[in-house]
Amino acid sequence: MNIGIQLAYLVASVLFIMGIKYLGKTKDARKGNVLSAVGMLIAIAATLFTLEVFSLIEIGAAILVGAAIGLYYSQKVAMTKIPEMVALFNGFGGLASFSVALSDFFFKNANEATSLDAINLTSILLSVLIGGVTFTGSMVAYLKLDGKVSGQPITFSGQHLLNLILLLAFFAAAVLVFIDPSQEIYLYILVGLALLLGILTVIPIGGADMPVVISLLNSYSGMAACATGFILNNNVLIVAGSLVGASGIILTQIMCKAMNRSLMNVLLGGFGQTVATGGADGPAVVVKEIGVEESAMLFDSASSVIVVPGYGMAVAQAQHVVRELMEQCEKRNIEFRFAIHPVAGRMPGHMNVLLAEANISYDKLIEMDDINEDFANTDLVFVVGANDVVNPAARTNPESPIFGMPILNADKARTVIVSKRSMGKGYAGVENELFGFSNCLMLFGDAKQTITKVVGELKDMA
Amino acid sequence: MSVSALIVLIYVLVLASYLGFELISKVPPTLHTPLMSGSNAISGITIVGALIASNEMGYGTLSKWLGLLALVLATINVVGGYAVTDRMLKMFKKK
Repeated sequence: MNIGIQLAYLVASVLFIMGIKYLGKTKDARKGNVLSAVGMLIAIAATLFTLEVFSLIEIGAAILVGAAIGLYYSQKVAMTKIPEMVALFNGFGGLASFSVALSDFFFKNANEATSLDAINLTSILLSVLIGGVTFTGSMVAYLKLDGKVSGQPITFSGQHLLNLILLLAFFAAAVLVFIDPSQEIYLYILVGLALLLGILTVIPIGGADMPVVISLLNSYSGMAACATGFILNNNVLIVAGSLVGASGIILTQIMCKAMNRSLMNVLLGGFGQTVATGGADGPAVVVKEIGVEESAMLFDSASSVIVVPGYGMAVAQAQHVVRELMEQCEKRNIEFRFAIHPVAGRMPGHMNVLLAEANISYDKLIEMDDINEDFANTDLVFVVGANDVVNPAARTNPESPIFGMPILNADKARTVIVSKRSMGKGYAGVENELFGFSNCLMLFGDAKQTITKVVGELKDMA
Repeated sequence: MSVSALIVLIYVLVLASYLGFELISKVPPTLHTPLMSGSNAISGITIVGALIASNEMGYGTLSKWLGLLALVLATINVVGGYAVTDRMLKMFKKK
């Protein structure tokens, strides 16, 4: 074991830790990301020193291809599509760890001088299981987020029993590999089972539960790297993998808490299906419509405005016109803020990134707990593409599937305008009681188009 | 691998996970998306394993091809992850 290389790995580990520490403050975050990248560079450089010279050409080519794809994608991707990118990258990370584990297995099996001991085999099988599930699970999540596959949960009877049987089959085959590692057929069975499990565990989960799923898969990709660290007896893999594993778990917990659901409830899936029929039986909500001109007048006469953005804003790409609306209001000295629900959008912090892209100062983006008291003293709340996160049924109706979920108290404001494409239901499939409230007005149409018109009216008034 | 080596690795795992939980619970919700894309990049640390695997010469080309596949994927993660995180963090401004 080369001491210089081990020390380089130690430096890299410290830089990863410092990088994440700097992410704790918005103004230092960019510096933290650079520190983390420097750590990665040091780890890669140190490893390159251990390599045989004659394999450097292939390795160089592989790195160039990977770097070109990564760089191109990172610059081209739209901010609304970041959840898709993160899902895809989780999958790549999982597949990479999975491939390293298999490579190590075949190498040690073929080489007389190295043998697979129990610790080694356990680590390889864990890496294959976690990495495989991460890979195919992330691909399904990606396809659902991207709309290539319906975001609806795919369920069938006996689904969970099947998953359990497959998992047990994995452990049974693992025992067979332990008994005789030279029987590679069992390893192929393990590979197939891991990949299948990834698909089957993600298909029953609905599109709007994806924030939980990609957080969890993020965590898995770190755990897979950890398992690979155990295979290679390598500390830097374990440190970096644990950091990612911890990060994913924390985000998963935050998301579940913000939906008032247990992780088990999300993972078992099928949410929104059974309640959709129940919701249809309820009395239809009678709503009041508002036009563009009247909306503009309400903005003009307000002294405080809170915008509640949701996934619909991302779909309509309306974040830039919302900034124009903010500028018009600020010209009139109207207090203008944003209330961010933790599960708004398709991944943790999704709304913050979109609004930052639209050049909105981050101190205007207020977390739910810090702004919920202020709704009662607010003249106008503007809901853009959000639905379940402002449904008062979560507070008042014990029958509602979203009962108990913490929501933004938009209904307490003097007036609420809801920008919405049509009267469709929210993800949970429940009628939004807010829309029938006497202080609630519906502004129907594509968010980007209608808000552009409102901004136009405001400009004419000035 | 000896059991004592395994114990050292488990020490590292437990301590690093604990540190991770402490640090990440202090990251503000505003930065959760960059945190995720940044941790995507960090999970690309498998690149170290991929380099070692790609180096394995002579014994079954399958081993080596798997290493090279892992290398391409891990590099996409590392480069793409850090680059997109930087692109996002650049946009977070306070006026």
